[in-house]
Amino acid sequence: MIALLKRDLALAVRAGGGFGLGLAFFLIVIVLVPFGVGPQAELLTRIAPGILWVAALLAALLSLDRIFALDHEDGSLPLLATSPLPLEAVALVKGVAHWITTGLPLTLAAPALGFLLNLQPSAYGFLLITLLVGTPALSMIGTFGAALTVGLRRGGLLLSLLVLPLYIPTLIFGAEAVRRGADGFSATNALVLQGGITLGVFAFLPFATAAALRVNLR
Amino acid sequence: MMPDLGKYVVEVLSAYAVSIVLLLGLVWVSVRAARKARETLAAVEARKEKRDG
Amino acid sequence: MSIWEYANPKKFIATTTPVLPWVMWAAAVTLVVGLVWGFFFTPDDYRQGSTVKIFYLHVPAAMMAINIWVMMLVTSLIWLIRRHHVSALAAKAAGPIGIVMTLIALFTGAVWGQPIWGTWWVWDPRLTSFLILFLFYLGYMALWTAIEDDDTAADLTSVLCIVGSVFAVLSRYAVNFWNQGLHQGASLSLDAEENVADVFWYPALVCIAGFILLFVALVILRTHTEIRLRRARALETRMRA
Repeated sequence: MIALLKRDLALAVRAGGGFGLGLAFFLIVIVLVPFGVGPQAELLTRIAPGILWVAALLAALLSLDRIFALDHEDGSLPLLATSPLPLEAVALVKGVAHWITTGLPLTLAAPALGFLLNLQPSAYGFLLITLLVGTPALSMIGTFGAALTVGLRRGGLLLSLLVLPLYIPTLIFGAEAVRRGADGFSATNALVLQGGITLGVFAFLPFATAAALRVNLR
Repeated sequence: MMPDLGKYVVEVLSAYAVSIVLLLGLVWVSVRAARKARETLAAVEARKEKRDG
Repeated sequence: MSIWEYANPKKFIATTTPVLPWVMWAAAVTLVVGLVWGFFFTPDDYRQGSTVKIFYLHVPAAMMAINIWVMMLVTSLIWLIRRHHVSALAAKAAGPIGIVMTLIALFTGAVWGQPIWGTWWVWDPRLTSFLILFLFYLGYMALWTAIEDDDTAADLTSVLCIVGSVFAVLSRYAVNFWNQGLHQGASLSLDAEENVADVFWYPALVCIAGFILLFVALVILRTHTEIRLRRARALETRMRA
């Protein structure tokens, strides 16, 4: 499993810069928002947690179709399926690899972008924590979506339509946790629920992902 | 015959109008698709009969 | 050899074709009776005025929107486990009906709330949950139409339906949690959880029955369409081979 993980990480960093693209997109969206809603500081402060979350979510979406695309193109997907590693484990590793190359960088970049949106000082910690807890779920859900659409021409748009509604619970709890924590209320409920979603997603989506991969490999 | 809808005329009538239009539209589309499907299948089967003799 | 390869689909069409006109007429009659009764022959609600008449559309449509998804979930599971093609095609056939029901539920729900909330849309937990359900329906049908091979499409959409169902339930709770921020008075309970007087409830029951019959008629009709189209595609492929 580790070998597969290392291979995917190397591929992501090397092959054609999918790596920096997500971060750049994150930055661009954050920069666009004040142009759209106006520069008033207090408005930005109020919407900052949600905007940061939505932007991170969209940026994570960008690299989803590459999860299986390279393997599908060079024919190594069937090989992965017949390897001694169960396909469910492959799916899990793919999800983790996506998180390390996309979700984690986004999480680390978010506080830096928070100041552009006048994020409350008390919110930074919560932003980091919720993204840390939530972005793995985004990656695993995205991996599931990628498995459903692997090999489809222009599957990227369909992938977004399928995956974005599935992101809603994670988004809700993540953004809520940041807002409540920043305002001094207890963010525990939201965080626990979000953590529960992430754990549940990693427990059950690898099976659905593997099932989808098997169907597409027939 | 129309009941007195009071100040909610727009709301109630638009709700009914949109719903009925949507339902009738769905029925119309479904019936038309069913007819086309029957024709398509009949055509394909006819071609098959001709070919297989 | 004009035998249908698929014994199940043939029997399905054979058994349901004579029944279909009866169901369609029953649906039409029940719906007309229910809606006319509700629209013309019921009083106004002392609180909601004449907008209570929207109840007869909103409640059945909302119930169907959810129940149709559940039916799709069940038929998807049957397809995955027992590989009955009719099951998979029935799920596909039901999708657009569910979409229309969700749209009606959304529109009537929003319009019903307008006099109370003052705006044409509110992020009320129930409306929001239906909006999310609408997105799930869209994704499901989009996946069906994107995949060429029938069996692959059936399998993938079934998996999506199952995963989607879990997330739909999850979203319901998430949306309730999310909406706690709103001041409580804003979300008026729109459904029959309050004690609905008989004079409102009986015509509503008839409307619900009408909607159910309409669904049954439409899903039978649409499944016939799917079966025939699938058969035609299979024949085409075989003839080209």
